[in-house]
Amino acid sequence: MFAGSAEPVTLDPFFASDGESFRVARQIFEGLVGTMPGTADPAPLLAKEWEVGEDGLTYTFSLEEGVKFHDGTDFNAEAVCFNFDRWYNMPESAQTDDLTYYYAALFRGFATGDRAEEAIYESCSADDELTATITLQSPFAGFISSMSLPALSMQSPTALEEYQDDAATNPRNTEYSTERPVGTGPFTLESWERGEQVTLTANDDYWGEPASIDEAVVVAIAEPKARADALRNGEIDGYDLVGPADIGPLEGDGFQIVNREAFNVLYLGMNQKQAPLDDPKVRQAIAHAINRDEVVSASLPEGTQTATQFIPEVVNGFADDVPTYDYDPEAAEQLLEEAGATGATIEFNYPTDVSRPYMPAPEDTFNVIRTQLEAVGLKIKPTADKWDPDYLEKIQGTPGHGIHLLGWTGDYNDTDNFLGVFFGAKSNEWGFDNQEIFDGLKEARGIPTPEEQETLYQELNRQIMDYLPGVPLAHPVPSLAFSPDVEGYQQSPVQDEVWNVITLN
Amino acid sequence: MLRFVLRRLALMVPVLIGLSILLFAWVRALPGDPSRALLGERATPEGIERVNAAYGFDKPLIEQYLTYVGALLRGDFGESIQTGRPVLESFTERFPATLELGATALLFAVVLGVPLGYVAARSQGRLLDTSVVSGSLLGVVTPVFFLAILLKLVFADKLHWLPTALRQDPRMDATHITNFYVLDGILTREWDASWDALTHLVLPALALGTIPLAIIVRITRASVSEVLHEDYVRTAEAKGLARGTVSRRHVLRNALLPVVTTIGLQAGLLFSGAVLTETVFAFNGIGQYLFEAIGSRDYPVLQGFIIFIAIVYSLINLLVDVSYGLIDPRVRAA
Amino acid sequence: MTIPLPPSQVVPDGVIGLDADPGVGLWRGAFRRLRRNPSAIIGAVMVAIFVLVAITAPLLTSYAPGSAEWSGQVTPSSVPGPSPEHFLGLDRFGSDMWTQMVYGAQQSLVYGVVSTAIGLTVGASLGALAGGFGSVGGRIGDWVDTAVMRLVDIMLSIPSLLLAVSIAALLGQNSYAVMIAIGAAQVPIFARLLRGSMLSQGKADYVLAADALGIRKTRIVMGHVLPNSIGPTIVQATLNLATAIIEVAALSYLGLGESDPAVAEWGRMLVAAQDRFDAAPRLALLPGAAIAFAALGFTLFGEALREALDPKSRR
Repeated sequence: MFAGSAEPVTLDPFFASDGESFRVARQIFEGLVGTMPGTADPAPLLAKEWEVGEDGLTYTFSLEEGVKFHDGTDFNAEAVCFNFDRWYNMPESAQTDDLTYYYAALFRGFATGDRAEEAIYESCSADDELTATITLQSPFAGFISSMSLPALSMQSPTALEEYQDDAATNPRNTEYSTERPVGTGPFTLESWERGEQVTLTANDDYWGEPASIDEAVVVAIAEPKARADALRNGEIDGYDLVGPADIGPLEGDGFQIVNREAFNVLYLGMNQKQAPLDDPKVRQAIAHAINRDEVVSASLPEGTQTATQFIPEVVNGFADDVPTYDYDPEAAEQLLEEAGATGATIEFNYPTDVSRPYMPAPEDTFNVIRTQLEAVGLKIKPTADKWDPDYLEKIQGTPGHGIHLLGWTGDYNDTDNFLGVFFGAKSNEWGFDNQEIFDGLKEARGIPTPEEQETLYQELNRQIMDYLPGVPLAHPVPSLAFSPDVEGYQQSPVQDEVWNVITLN
Repeated sequence: MLRFVLRRLALMVPVLIGLSILLFAWVRALPGDPSRALLGERATPEGIERVNAAYGFDKPLIEQYLTYVGALLRGDFGESIQTGRPVLESFTERFPATLELGATALLFAVVLGVPLGYVAARSQGRLLDTSVVSGSLLGVVTPVFFLAILLKLVFADKLHWLPTALRQDPRMDATHITNFYVLDGILTREWDASWDALTHLVLPALALGTIPLAIIVRITRASVSEVLHEDYVRTAEAKGLARGTVSRRHVLRNALLPVVTTIGLQAGLLFSGAVLTETVFAFNGIGQYLFEAIGSRDYPVLQGFIIFIAIVYSLINLLVDVSYGLIDPRVRAA
Repeated sequence: MTIPLPPSQVVPDGVIGLDADPGVGLWRGAFRRLRRNPSAIIGAVMVAIFVLVAITAPLLTSYAPGSAEWSGQVTPSSVPGPSPEHFLGLDRFGSDMWTQMVYGAQQSLVYGVVSTAIGLTVGASLGALAGGFGSVGGRIGDWVDTAVMRLVDIMLSIPSLLLAVSIAALLGQNSYAVMIAIGAAQVPIFARLLRGSMLSQGKADYVLAADALGIRKTRIVMGHVLPNSIGPTIVQATLNLATAIIEVAALSYLGLGESDPAVAEWGRMLVAAQDRFDAAPRLALLPGAAIAFAALGFTLFGEALREALDPKSRR
């Protein structure tokens, strides 16, 4: 009995982009590639092993034997190609970002539509029963890693053909997507009562380690405190996204807190379109004025690490020697003086009415930082907006903001998933035009393998921290809470958490 | 009477049409973009453009309005932008929850409130009266959500007597026909499901019903007390009719009128309170859902839900006026 | 969301006479009754305390509201309680609780008064318009009456909180939006009140008599009917003030309304206090109790006033 923070949107993971849909999808579906338990590194799953061609354009997967979909269809190379071709051939009506964000972001385009030119998928061939080769048009170093995304899991061709309609006005709402999703995972969908709960039953024919629990139910409780209350009251066995204020008390009362390894970053963005933020000295001064440790202790969960750059340690390209800006209020004041910006007024935007895994209590974080900035003489003009819809609109859609709090949780282990998203091109959020960084990131994206990318990304990280478009603050530790009866929960930084390993006493 | 009802129903139509136009304009006047709300942090300018094109938001307003009206006439209220689900479906799914909650709260308020008010009026000026009056005053001025939080804290969190959230224990696996959970349990003879739903209703209904309770107590008391002082009552008592007879036959029936009006007027109050109570107890009704829709600028949901609410609300008001007319013949002549 | 009245108790009748100045006798009598009524006194005292605190807020504390100066002392699991420097302790953002409470009183008073004033002026004007024309009669009169009341009907077709929320969502995240929204939700109440009062008085004997005597209709309305409607209007305004204070808190709870942290508001304080309830219940109990206190004061006084103006109902 698990509580998430919201209802899943759809059970066909290809059309989903929200964590709750993925949570359920992870139990029902599997991809070619999984992750090593507790990490973001790729590990074999439906594909036992893979080989990358010399040119980085062909990937040959050897598939696991004897795997069947829940409806009895065999899982084989043909099924793999069916899935890949289905994605590539999505009708134009399904090519919008709300439906196919992940596929489009990774593979850049489809067979039809305005992005067909940039699509990197070329073809899939079923060499024999258990070997499939994917050919790409241009190299994509993150390909293997991305195959662990739930959106790209393998779905049953038979079920898709019979019940799914990709061209429907609302593919998220078809019979397949709400009642009959069919994968290869350790659980099958028993029922989804909209607005109430999702019930999963253990798959007895699962090819891997079968689940020890017979049934899993997922409900949605929006408020973190309400989730904590329900756990205390015995109404649920576990939940996700524990509020920082609840961690201590829950632990004290004998509940288990499982910390996910941080795969995210919380940062203070700075909009260079708003003076005096375009002056590097001012940006550096702000960085020096912030006491990251205090920010963590006052507003973030225990165990959160402070950040030195815009990617967490486990991501490729993490550089140990980036320029850092330690807490030094005197240096901050000095820099402000040099820049002629002592006592300058800076607008500080922050969101209300929201709790993100990387930013559980934005108002608290805002207040701590504000006090620190005011201590070096800056005047802060606070601007609060509701997360939905105003804040994001203001921060990402217009140049009308100053410094702001935002962050990002990585989906899979690819540096481009962080840096590329933030600094890949000119944007309203950061307001700068640094062609060197844009070009550097573009180049890195095109390098065929992660190993080869490493050096370039490290260099880029150093460059970015030198330029200092924003101040990375921390990598908050999202946590889950469980009753003492639950054992064996395996956390994953990318939320690849399958429940067949849990036992309930 | 029939003409009265028909006339009122006919009057509802222009009001609803006016409302729908107003809603359409209002929803699009709201600052903010549903497509951005849909995409969240993953929004890119091109992405937003694509979504807008897919939903037709880039077309001229008149065209959008006509499409909307055309669909309405076919009975199609559109689908939620956030979830893709038909709006009508979401409404029929969630409305019973709010209705069940409101009805239970009202029942609680009436069943407890009327006798309390009556008793207080009878024992005028004495301790019982004063305490009832003070208690009801407190009930009126305490904000609903504050009360809900307090109740939840005491009875659910600390004492563990009652559940803290949801409409039903998810492990229950109950069958739902009407979506009125207590009723469903009875219909399918799953008594434990019914009981479970009931326990989940207790705290929210108590929180929600306190203000109506307080109001009903006060109105009943005032009304009964007024009638008690009417000449004809005093005459009856002077004539020697036993107090019991006097009370039942004369006082109650005449005092009931304002009480009934009040009960009807509570509908609006109950809805407002329901929105707040549902949030505290994670109770899946329309209140919380509607509120989220406002935040995510989910146009179809907003337009649809508010029209439905207006229809229900108007029907309730109609019902009140009809019952008013039934009880007091003087009104019917007006 | 105001405490509804059965129609019969809205308009005091039987007190109207052909006084040269119809107001005075009514008011003097009312004042006498008020003085004797214990709940009126209690209510008045509560209101006075509330208003006093609200007005003298800057004098009562040396700190600025929403300053969050002491945020360093706050951690996710503990919020410092009462101490010599902080009479009521800190709130979860690190501001002084006492400061937040007194400035919150100021905010509630402003919100309450302004929104009720908006509702009163707009609503009463509409109602007087409808009622005045309606009681005067004739085709134009009836038409105006119906048109205005249809408008009021549309406003009443959805529950008041929804109306307030819709308007607030439209106008944005600031104080004005809240005041206009709540004011707008009160307009129908005042409109109906005024109209009802004027219509029923239009049938009163003294009006018919005056009319027969040849006194001009407008003079009757302005000179006699209007003043007699003032009493219940004031009563309603007082009661609505109480509800307005609560509704502001409700809107804040739902996340609408002023978000500037420098503006302290009890409703927002309640919201923020929720997930720290275990650690520091006073963060929620204080503003909650304050809201109830203010609302209670106005309600007591308003009810007592209504009683005082309507000698027919004896409690």
